[in-house]
Amino acid sequence: MKELKYTITDPEGIHARPAGLLVNKAKEFASDIKIGKDGKMVDAKRIFGVMGLGVKTGMEITMSAEGDDEADAIAALEAFLKAEL
Amino acid sequence: MITIKGKSVFGGVSIGKIKFYKRNDKVIKRTHVDNTTAETERFHDAKKIAIEQLKELYNKAIADVGEANAAIFEIHQMMLEDLDYIESIENIIQTQEVNAEYAVATTADNFAQMFSSMDDAYMQGRAADVKDVSERILNILSGSGETSMKTDEPVIIAADDLAPSETVQLDKEKVLGFATMYGSASSHTAILARTMNIPAVIGLGDELSEQFDGKDAVIDGFTGTIYIDPDEATLTVMREKREKDLEQRRLLDELKGKENVTKSGQKVNVYANIGNVSDVGLVLKNDAGGIGLFRSEFLYLESNDFPTEEAQFQVYKQVAENMAGKRVIIRTLDIGADKQVDYFNLPKEENPALGYRAIRICLSQPEIFKTQLRALYRASAFGQIAIMFPMIISVDEVKKIKEIVATVKAELDEEGIPYKKDIEIGIMIETPASVMMSRELAKEVDFFSVGTNDLTQYTLAIDRQNPKLEPFLDTHHPAVLRMIQMAADNAHAEGKWIGICGELGADTELTDQFLKMGVDELSVSPALVLPLRKKIRECE
Repeated sequence: MKELKYTITDPEGIHARPAGLLVNKAKEFASDIKIGKDGKMVDAKRIFGVMGLGVKTGMEITMSAEGDDEADAIAALEAFLKAEL
Repeated sequence: MITIKGKSVFGGVSIGKIKFYKRNDKVIKRTHVDNTTAETERFHDAKKIAIEQLKELYNKAIADVGEANAAIFEIHQMMLEDLDYIESIENIIQTQEVNAEYAVATTADNFAQMFSSMDDAYMQGRAADVKDVSERILNILSGSGETSMKTDEPVIIAADDLAPSETVQLDKEKVLGFATMYGSASSHTAILARTMNIPAVIGLGDELSEQFDGKDAVIDGFTGTIYIDPDEATLTVMREKREKDLEQRRLLDELKGKENVTKSGQKVNVYANIGNVSDVGLVLKNDAGGIGLFRSEFLYLESNDFPTEEAQFQVYKQVAENMAGKRVIIRTLDIGADKQVDYFNLPKEENPALGYRAIRICLSQPEIFKTQLRALYRASAFGQIAIMFPMIISVDEVKKIKEIVATVKAELDEEGIPYKKDIEIGIMIETPASVMMSRELAKEVDFFSVGTNDLTQYTLAIDRQNPKLEPFLDTHHPAVLRMIQMAADNAHAEGKWIGICGELGADTELTDQFLKMGVDELSVSPALVLPLRKKIRECE
């Protein structure tokens, strides 16, 4: 399993649009991908779960990937987070 | 005439007849089904159709309101494809042996409830999105099709609330404005109204009733008011307001994104003056290149005690961030004379305009000054802030200011708080003394900004507030213009830039002259940015 931690800098946090983009990005990979904060992890391929976390600017999130393409997935998600959030 | 106040989401005035938007209200019945597999299939078929519709809607929205705003319909598609949502519906159908309609409605309620209970207004607003997509499936399941609003003449749409999909489906040519009973400013309907340039008022409450269907009305999107059966006087005022707004928008269409450049290629920055954070929206809307004068007094005037460093920092940071790298010139405290604040306990003066005010207070009470400077320097890490000091008459004052600035910087360094090292420092040119000393002053600072109101009053020894003196007041007095010329020459001789932030800066009769003087920047109230740009582009 691979993991990453990232602190959100987008002033609006993970609002609807980036949540959608994040879910789409996660869906590109076969691995089981999760996102969470404060220990609560949800499926990163499900938009309601991602939006339901209510992640705001300044909060630290954790993402994990488990599966054959886990290394690629984490690298791609890290690049995505840096560019969009 | 009936007047109802709500919240404004988009400025502009519209005048027309009200059309009350009616939805096919459905009562969802819970019925028993034997074949739950077939019922689940029914849901999946409806879902497929809904997604197809949303794809079409997305394409229509891209064309109408742009990709960023259309994205919500992509999110809507993803919501319908969300496994939590689908599994919930399938579960309800299969375990409770009930109809798909009931399962969808129940699931929609649960998910909407999740959003409503979140602790931020934006996420709470997303409950409407869940209901919107679920409503779409319910319509397909019941075969009732979509609600449509047919009208021959353009109307003001009134409704309890409008879902984003309903807003986008309205024929733009037929919609003069929106008025809703509920809804929030961060709803997508509000955002879409802004993008579609349609005056809108929301949150009017129960006073907005279906009985108003077909009545004449006026929406004043600036104040968030709707007038039903407006009287002649209101209509006249509103028609004028509408004309002015349309003229401004025409200018915007013509000039937005264009350079402030004369026919011969001379460029000048056109910035905007603001007096509160809430004005930043207007600055951006009118396409100003920066903020040339941010009067920080409101922080002190709106408060019952000295505003804290943290409170000031938040305000400066917000403005710097919203301006996204554009220059924001913040003027330090300019209290005194005609602007009095109780808790400063300023003694009554015989001649306040020539008295204890602005930088004189700051240099006498450095603790007040340092609090503001610390807030400004901390905020400088979040954008391009420049600081400007008012009422300067001598080089000595500037040196004292710089000493205090150096202490503030040293303190921040020690505390490890980040700030921008090369922040620009400037002074207001508003006293004749500062003009006479401008060569020496220019060596000490990065820029000048001419405050023409005070400079005129001090140069001509004429009280601006005294109507009796009007016959003596020539606002284009050559003495004042020569003062500006002198300050400009001295600034340029030292390689510094000069701007004008007083009322004369917006006086288009003088624009040509200011450009000839080589003035580098003109800062005017947001609404005057584009008329000034128009004038500059007409100059030789």
